[in-house]
Amino acid sequence: MRDSIVRLEKAAKAFGTPEGQTVTALDAIDLTVRRNEFLTLLGPSGCGKTTLLQAISGFVELDSGRILIDGEDITDRPPYRRPVNTVFQNYALFPHMTVGENTGYALEVAGVARPERARRVADALRMVGLEGMEGRKPRQLSGGQQQRVALARAIIARPKLLLLDEPLSALDKNLRQAMQIELKTLQHELGISFIFVTHDQQEALTMSDRVAVLSGGRIQQLDTPRAIYDQPKNSFVATFVGASNLFEGRAEGARLVTGDGLSIAHATAGTSGTATALIRPEQFFIAEAGDTAPALDVDLEQIVFVGSTFELFGRTATGRRVIAEIPATRRNLVGEIEQSRRARLAYDPAAVHLIPAEAA
Amino acid sequence: MSSIAFRRRAQLGLLLGPVSLFLAIFFLGPLAIMIVTSFLAPGLYGGVEWTWYPHNYGRILGFADPMFEDFDPVYIAIFLRSLKIAALTVVATLLVCYPAAFCISRLSERWKNFCLFLITLPFFTSLIVRLFIWVLILRQTGLVNAVLLNTGVVARPLELIYTDGAIVLGMVYVFIPFMFMPVYASVEKLDWTLVRASLDLGAGPIRTFLRIILPLTAPGIAGGAVIVFIPALGNFVVPAILGGAKVMMLGNLIEQQFLAARNWPFGSALAMMVMSVMLVLLFAYVIVSGRRGIDAATGR
Repeated sequence: MRDSIVRLEKAAKAFGTPEGQTVTALDAIDLTVRRNEFLTLLGPSGCGKTTLLQAISGFVELDSGRILIDGEDITDRPPYRRPVNTVFQNYALFPHMTVGENTGYALEVAGVARPERARRVADALRMVGLEGMEGRKPRQLSGGQQQRVALARAIIARPKLLLLDEPLSALDKNLRQAMQIELKTLQHELGISFIFVTHDQQEALTMSDRVAVLSGGRIQQLDTPRAIYDQPKNSFVATFVGASNLFEGRAEGARLVTGDGLSIAHATAGTSGTATALIRPEQFFIAEAGDTAPALDVDLEQIVFVGSTFELFGRTATGRRVIAEIPATRRNLVGEIEQSRRARLAYDPAAVHLIPAEAA
Repeated sequence: MSSIAFRRRAQLGLLLGPVSLFLAIFFLGPLAIMIVTSFLAPGLYGGVEWTWYPHNYGRILGFADPMFEDFDPVYIAIFLRSLKIAALTVVATLLVCYPAAFCISRLSERWKNFCLFLITLPFFTSLIVRLFIWVLILRQTGLVNAVLLNTGVVARPLELIYTDGAIVLGMVYVFIPFMFMPVYASVEKLDWTLVRASLDLGAGPIRTFLRIILPLTAPGIAGGAVIVFIPALGNFVVPAILGGAKVMMLGNLIEQQFLAARNWPFGSALAMMVMSVMLVLLFAYVIVSGRRGIDAATGR
């Protein structure tokens, strides 16, 4: 494929634990990263996302399978001969070097002459908003600034691929959100592919062109953020990305009937047999008198105000938990149900996503 | 001065008082006596004569008292040999300890502690006894020669003991723990993600070692070098036992002047010379570690 920059073919890796067991970190993974793409590897800890990243950077040797970068097989190359650079989770700035020396390290190693190096260091630092900081030592910088130096250092040699290993996890929330946007902008300006590892689903949805959800060493779903959120392929993806209400049951025509007798209307044609219906909390609205939309009756256990929305935690008559998110603009309705502690949660059948029975 | 600052100072004074007093009485006092003695004339039958007499230093450096003594370059030769042996000891202990520190730092916590215990184990036995065992190993009829003769590798026993080599071997044996501890301390806290970052940025193993690992562990190496070099320079036990009468080092020379020749002023002058060399080296170490070692140590 001409437009692919990285291809993993049946990449497999297993680790032995001290207790003598084997843990499959990568289970014959096939993955193609496109040119100029911002791809996020999302998953809980231990899902294999970091192993996958390290296999690409060269710090983990595959048991079997191949890795191609720009058509070249680099499976057996050491890390220092791969056209890939990494932004490490703890930044890993060299404490005995200045910001300028850190940033220019890849060029120094590659034998780039001093004047050109100085120019490119200045350029790279300008790109990350640290103009003129060449002479500082890393420990004189704030966490966010260190993060930027790590970024400048990793992009200065123009790698074909930039790997980012949970680089924002140590920053506070506001800074993290600002950096998310900056990273995305930077990726556009540079025109190189980013592979970004995170366990934060919000981060994954915000920044990525595509998201790969990993679990148990396998890619559960690889898709655009919207598709991942709206049409998860299985209940793992549905629960890991965003909050969800899942109803397992049998689909018959335009309805899905659960074991405890709930009937969920949906608009997915031609599905029958065992399936799971997904309704995102924000799809619910509070039914008013005369509403004809299908609805669930719940007893409210808790109403939480989180600013832009109210979160309603309810239970159906059969004890099933339901979460709904009601926009704060509907606060007069919320006031009513707060009195009665009961609500009719209505939904649009078109907003119900049906997950067919999973093949194990 | 505010009352808080005054109380801080008073507390500091109380805490440092005992140790300052101890050092003043038992270190600075004798040192002052030695400095004075080194400029006095030796008495005919030991002891000192209270006259200004700079020729003790002259005997070493080349302006000897023309009446009684000759300038003898042997003292400078002994000085240089001692410097050489101390330097060789530093290099050899470093070559042993540096790789070992890397191996041990990567072991599990239990094995780490066990290895550190093994390294301190020799301190539990008398130094003299341990050095005499080296005599048994190295002498003409010793273990090494017995093995070499019986296997036919050599026809006549090798001269192993009473050589510079035997002294360096003994010194290395004695000073390994002193080198190991500071080197290990800096290797242990080396952040391996920095090594990975270097490899990731395209630097090969050798370059990564020279640019990242070596500078970051340099404070430990410098510390170890200082604590080994200084006592090695003045050591007299090892040359006395493994050097026999053939190889003399500064330590033996000084000991001889005080105990055998009973020339205290000359012995004091020699000791002062050793001390000035050490002070120069320590000063250099402080300057170097002040400039970059502290950066590296506190950089994270």
